[in-house]
Amino acid sequence: MGGSIARRALCIYTKLGRLERGLLIQPSTFQFVCKLSMSATQTPITEEIHPDVALVARAKGGDTAAFEQLVRQYDRQIFRVAQHITQNREDAEDITQDAFLKAYEKLDQFQGNSKFSTWLVRIAVNESLMRLRKRKTSKTVSMDEDVQTEEGSIPRDFAEWRPNPEQLYGQSELADILRKTIQGLPPGFRTVFTLRDIENLSTEETAEALGLSVPAVKSRLLRARLQLRERLSRYFRQKKEA
Amino acid sequence: MTCTDFLSKLTDYFDGQIPADLLVEVEEHLCGCHHCEVVLDTTRQTIAIYRDRDIYEFSPGMRERLHTAIMAKCTPKV
Repeated sequence: MGGSIARRALCIYTKLGRLERGLLIQPSTFQFVCKLSMSATQTPITEEIHPDVALVARAKGGDTAAFEQLVRQYDRQIFRVAQHITQNREDAEDITQDAFLKAYEKLDQFQGNSKFSTWLVRIAVNESLMRLRKRKTSKTVSMDEDVQTEEGSIPRDFAEWRPNPEQLYGQSELADILRKTIQGLPPGFRTVFTLRDIENLSTEETAEALGLSVPAVKSRLLRARLQLRERLSRYFRQKKEA
Repeated sequence: MTCTDFLSKLTDYFDGQIPADLLVEVEEHLCGCHHCEVVLDTTRQTIAIYRDRDIYEFSPGMRERLHTAIMAKCTPKV
């Protein structure tokens, strides 16, 4: 009995520790929770309109300065997405340019059902995947094709990351390791990880952008995360042993 | 709950999408399984480490070059 209570207390303690260390909760979930907690004490406020809506409306009306502002807001994100998917700097630069030009041409088709940034990311993803398909050397670039490999998805390294990576490496060395590690992922996994975990798209938005089902996104995301974790663990262990 | 069961729930766990009754099972498994606790913690760090830093930044001059090229082709819509 005493043992059971002690075990329960340990579980609660561990759980609190995890919360303290910062569980990864999606901002959308956080906002939802905030809205819920606010709704009990405040009168409902009408939904806030995203500032992009006005910029897009002005750009549709011929205001190129408004479009330029959208370019400045999202160029880094679009370049990053393209670079993550293609793993090629020149391709990423071309894709960034093409994606914005395509968005400008098709601005009238943007209905505002999704966020402007999500719509833009979708264009960049399509351009990036087309670019990958053109490269004869690339093996798996189809998003609708199931990526079967389980290699690296089963955890084998159980060492804790202590000291943590920031303590082990300088900024540029760590960035180099992160680039090498993500480069080794199959493109299908890399793309899902990029949209979901780096660009913070929801699972549904990622599925929509890639033409995948929600379970397929979840499956690829899990394997991408586990493969990256395993590879990074190996790097960090070697460094500690050295 | 086995370690394989836990792994299959990992994404939902991060997203806070595990039903309350199953969450108790997950937490209990974590309390008794050091390996899964390490996997959870290091996977969380993996996501954070990529999310918190921009590993692909524009090279000097690239941003302005891109803007000039894009805006040169954006003719005002009538």
